[in-house]
Amino acid sequence: MSLTPEQIQQVAHLARLELRPEQLAPYAGQLSSILEMVDQLRQAETDEVLPMAHPLDMVQRLRADAVTASDQRERFQTLAPQAEGGLYVVPKVIE
Amino acid sequence: MHKLTIKQMADGLRAKTFSSRELTTHFLGRIEAHDARLNSFITVTADRALAAADAADARLAAGDAGPLTGIPLAQKDIFCTDGVRTSCASKMLDRFIAPYDATVVRKLHVEGGAVMLGKCNMDEFAMGSSNETSWYGPVHNPWDLERVPGGSSGGSVAAVAAGLAPAATATDTGGSIRQPAALTGLTGIKPTYGRVSRYGMIAFASSLDQAGVVAHTAEDAATVLHAMAGFDPLDSTSLDREVDDYSAGLGESIKGLRIGLPSEYFAEGLDPAVRSSIEVAIKQFEALGATVKEISLPNSPLSVPTYYVVAPAEASSNLARFDGARYGHRAEGVKTLEEMYKRSRGEGFGAEVQRRIMIGTYVLSHGYYDAYYLKAQKVRRLIYDDFRRAFEDVDVVLGPTTPAPAFKLGDKSEDPVAMYLNDIYTIAANLAGLPAMSVPCGLVDGLPVGMQLIGNFFEEGRLLNVAHQYQQATEWHLQSPAGFA
Repeated sequence: MSLTPEQIQQVAHLARLELRPEQLAPYAGQLSSILEMVDQLRQAETDEVLPMAHPLDMVQRLRADAVTASDQRERFQTLAPQAEGGLYVVPKVIE
Repeated sequence: MHKLTIKQMADGLRAKTFSSRELTTHFLGRIEAHDARLNSFITVTADRALAAADAADARLAAGDAGPLTGIPLAQKDIFCTDGVRTSCASKMLDRFIAPYDATVVRKLHVEGGAVMLGKCNMDEFAMGSSNETSWYGPVHNPWDLERVPGGSSGGSVAAVAAGLAPAATATDTGGSIRQPAALTGLTGIKPTYGRVSRYGMIAFASSLDQAGVVAHTAEDAATVLHAMAGFDPLDSTSLDREVDDYSAGLGESIKGLRIGLPSEYFAEGLDPAVRSSIEVAIKQFEALGATVKEISLPNSPLSVPTYYVVAPAEASSNLARFDGARYGHRAEGVKTLEEMYKRSRGEGFGAEVQRRIMIGTYVLSHGYYDAYYLKAQKVRRLIYDDFRRAFEDVDVVLGPTTPAPAFKLGDKSEDPVAMYLNDIYTIAANLAGLPAMSVPCGLVDGLPVGMQLIGNFFEEGRLLNVAHQYQQATEWHLQSPAGFA
């Protein structure tokens, strides 16, 4: 599987990454070689095999729907690039 | 003082041969004197360390001390530390002061009384095998400063190997504890998936990530791992199961231990000098009464391709949280929300992280999911089944940890696939969720060689004892780099 710089641009858009134009060709080459290595998976016969998502066959543990943590909004918002009046400030979304 | 084992330090503290303040001051002094050559720490927390040492000395005086009280340790900078920068070696988190402690940090330092010296350098978001992807610059191998220490826990191993900390935490998603431990002559253990809480450990690939420890000896590793391990309701994948007393199990004979040698781990691609070191170690195990048998893990050659679908897929999802809105880097002067996401992530993530996010996005995207992700999950089961069969006949699996000793800085940084093949022997244990460790077993041209031991589920205690018995009979774990005496 080989990827073109245009496909890299599309994947970068899906991943919300802004790339500089000069990054596209090197990434295309590197990602193509990674996918080529990954293509070895085709050798494996897997028709009868169940996919394995997780090493331990465990079910999601549930807990009581109870309040266990205190509100730390102010402390967390000191980490924000921009916060005001208890809200995270981002560029305008709706005109 | 830095040549002492953790047990000897604990004894010294109790005998009042030295105080935790003296011990801590000694290690802080070594960091100050030597770390400019290694770059193994991102943040040194000297003031906090001295305050913690004084608190530990008070606990020791009051007779209220545990096995790690007053013992200095270093934390990989992937673990959240309340009030201290937690960067994950990324520009994205360069100014992130964690607002809470990871469970590992809480258990070791808050409850265990160990002294945190600082936060160790690593590959950015634990993605790398050479510690060259860190935003804070590469870490140098104390055995040869022109060589890599391995990764992603490169800062942890360089600090411990050079005697800047007695032991350090580390994490292992595809070999990030074992590979760097091998390349720096240390003992490193990755326990069974779920044994150590992932709460507060910044996620890379959640079904593979597991925390562990790097130390000089299996005995020290046992002490630290025991303090870190255990059920944690805050991690939904944590194992609700008693932790074995690893230290108490270290005296057992390994007479009759059945060791499996996977033929695939001794095939083409293994440096002949590394192979010789492993063969000598096998003879040593036979002399200790173990029996050796060739086994096959037929799907293990597919572990690297499987990993490079599963891990990037999980990473692309986990790293979606870095959006420039709530914490982490935000680009300046952005006009729209999409521009904020894209430019913040474009500027905040380094090249290897971007590559893996894109690979993950690609393999999960519409039309490719079955061919890549579902296929990889099926092959993952085949790899797991290989081990399940192997453990019907043997107690531990033994082989090399890495194909070769440490390579030079820059040698593989332009070729991701060549870099990924460093983890060819380590990745399978992560895919299967099994405990595994690396134990020093030789020197080739002055560079350390590690052997890997893989155990069955929950058998980290057995692995530690096997390594301990080997270390009672050999001296490879006592070697240290000449420039850091």
